Amino acid sequence: MLPTLPGRIQSRLFLLAVVGGLVTLIIVPVLPGSAPLGDKYRDGFLVLASVAVLGVVWELLYHFLMQWRWEKDWPTFFGLATSVNEGLLIWLLLRAGAIPGIVGHVGGAAFIIQFGLIWLGVWLVANGPMRVPFIRWRFNGGRLV
Amino acid sequence: MVTDASADQARAAPTIQAQAQPGPTGGGDLTEELLKSGTWTDAMVVAAGIPIVDVPFVTVGGGLGSFITVDYLRIAGVVTDQIRVLSDIDHPWQTYEYLTRVSQIPRPERIRSDSASRPDNIWGFPSYALSEAIRDRTLAPLRQVLFEPMWADFYTPRAGMVFEGIEREAKRIGYFDMLVKGQVRMVRRRQGGGYFTILTPPRARPARRVAYRSQFVHLAVGYPGLKFLPDLQAFRTENQDFYHVVSAYEDHEHVYDRLRVKHGVVLIRGGGIVSSRVLQRLMDDRANLQLDTEIVHLFRTYISGSHGPGPWMRRRGGNGFAYQGFNYPKSVWGGQLKAKMRRLEGEQRATEYKLMGGTNTPWRRSWQRQMNEGRDAGWYRVLAGTVEGMKVREDGIVVSHVKTSNGLLEVAADFVIDCTGLEADISEHRVLCDLLEHSGAGRNPVGRLEVERTFELRGTSSAPGAIYASGAATLGGYFPGVDTFLGLQIAAQEITDDLARRGFCPKIGPVRSTSQWLRWVRNRPP
Repeated sequence: MLPTLPGRIQSRLFLLAVVGGLVTLIIVPVLPGSAPLGDKYRDGFLVLASVAVLGVVWELLYHFLMQWRWEKDWPTFFGLATSVNEGLLIWLLLRAGAIPGIVGHVGGAAFIIQFGLIWLGVWLVANGPMRVPFIRWRFNGGRLV
Repeated sequence: MVTDASADQARAAPTIQAQAQPGPTGGGDLTEELLKSGTWTDAMVVAAGIPIVDVPFVTVGGGLGSFITVDYLRIAGVVTDQIRVLSDIDHPWQTYEYLTRVSQIPRPERIRSDSASRPDNIWGFPSYALSEAIRDRTLAPLRQVLFEPMWADFYTPRAGMVFEGIEREAKRIGYFDMLVKGQVRMVRRRQGGGYFTILTPPRARPARRVAYRSQFVHLAVGYPGLKFLPDLQAFRTENQDFYHVVSAYEDHEHVYDRLRVKHGVVLIRGGGIVSSRVLQRLMDDRANLQLDTEIVHLFRTYISGSHGPGPWMRRRGGNGFAYQGFNYPKSVWGGQLKAKMRRLEGEQRATEYKLMGGTNTPWRRSWQRQMNEGRDAGWYRVLAGTVEGMKVREDGIVVSHVKTSNGLLEVAADFVIDCTGLEADISEHRVLCDLLEHSGAGRNPVGRLEVERTFELRGTSSAPGAIYASGAATLGGYFPGVDTFLGLQIAAQEITDDLARRGFCPKIGPVRSTSQWLRWVRNRPP
């Protein structure tokens, strides 16, 4: 899928909600940490929401950077590599207590596992299976509506 | 979100109705009255003695454009009885395979197409790279997709894999049940709605024509024909020499056969993908068969480096070539450039086509290595200029008079391979010419058929029917990549969605799409 700006944002929000939500639902109970399950879920979904909200801003930057590319494309690898900057920012914000609503302590291992699996899931679905139910998605720059 | 609930609407859609008609009086051929009239009545056709076959949807061409459109319609739920493919070829990949083979892409070689551009799979999933990885039990294709285009060349599928996939899909959708062999002569509007498509069946005697009466017609007739630069055309006309000076788009295997037994110099003309392929064949033969072939490569437009109007739009280039992974920048098939072109009209659109167009070829590591070797050793030389004329000497050597920035040069070569790949005007194609003259079809800003965003042929409406067109004949429209696998799929999707709006078929929604994909995976009919 070669994204347009609206397509980037729509795809991110949709995939994080569906794929990210599912991954979070499944993975949180087995994440390291001794907090009650309810608190772990709350923190897990807040991390997911942060990826979505901050991601919209990141997408503006990616779109801007893409303008220097003749093909106006976004190679597959970029979709994977951007996990580093995005993950790092959220981790720093967590450490600084800047993500509102976090009730427990999100450990490094728990964060890496959850964030990594969400990212991998979204990236894998975006690079193939997404086209199965949504046959117009890739021709519309990633827009769903 | 789209649903699958438009099937009821399809049943209620307006359709064309047969009219009362007198008995036949003609001999089954086209009459003067039919030839001159832009709109035909049923009675005129019957009077001419031309048998009429009723079918709601007819596609003319029978190549990849027809196949991909029919594939979409079948997946949307249209049954085979509702579709006829009128074609003079036996299977949809026939012309494409001929062109790729003669331009040096036999089945084991890789074509210039993206991993997710699968004519045999409207979803593009699994991609060719994933299928190849599973089939050959290797991660190499997936690694290539992951690192393309920065640290690996673009992944491209082998021609053989593409053709095998199309054959499987053609059988799955019952393509051959819909195929009717023959030569299409014309498409004319029908009074009362819809169209007549006149087919001349092979060896048809005594009734020489058959009229297909349909509500919808789809045209995918491919390239109207080859065109040659004036000096090449003059040479071909005057000398009738198809041995020394050949087109890369025609069979020219004798050139490679001859070079295998005797040293020779080859002049390649053109800087596109076909010139790269011919060059690769010559360089491969040279290396594999220990030949000493010399190659002179002539560019009309020599690209010395990155080029473009500004930092936002610069294409890589060098050593004569403009480099691009595929024949258009990738985002024309779904990203930013597709969205942009869809909004442009007239001169603005033509300008944008010029900016992103131009002859180009991919930058591939193996080709670069071979060319560098050739340049270093002196057996590969590059020239920039235009040919003023060619002559064959008595010893069989072709002398080209090349106008360069340093004056006139004479280049002597055993063979000249023309890879310029110019296309003939659409009026060279009989069916398209007839449409332009009699059915209201017009030209777009770059001179080809003017289609709407839905790929309906503008000006040819015959309510409640419509003519659609896709492929090379529609280049210059709101969507640029028409003459590509993915472009044909985009056109097919737009056409299918438009037909759904008109009630001919259900719109493919997420549920139908997913269930149909599962049928594709299991190789079950749609």
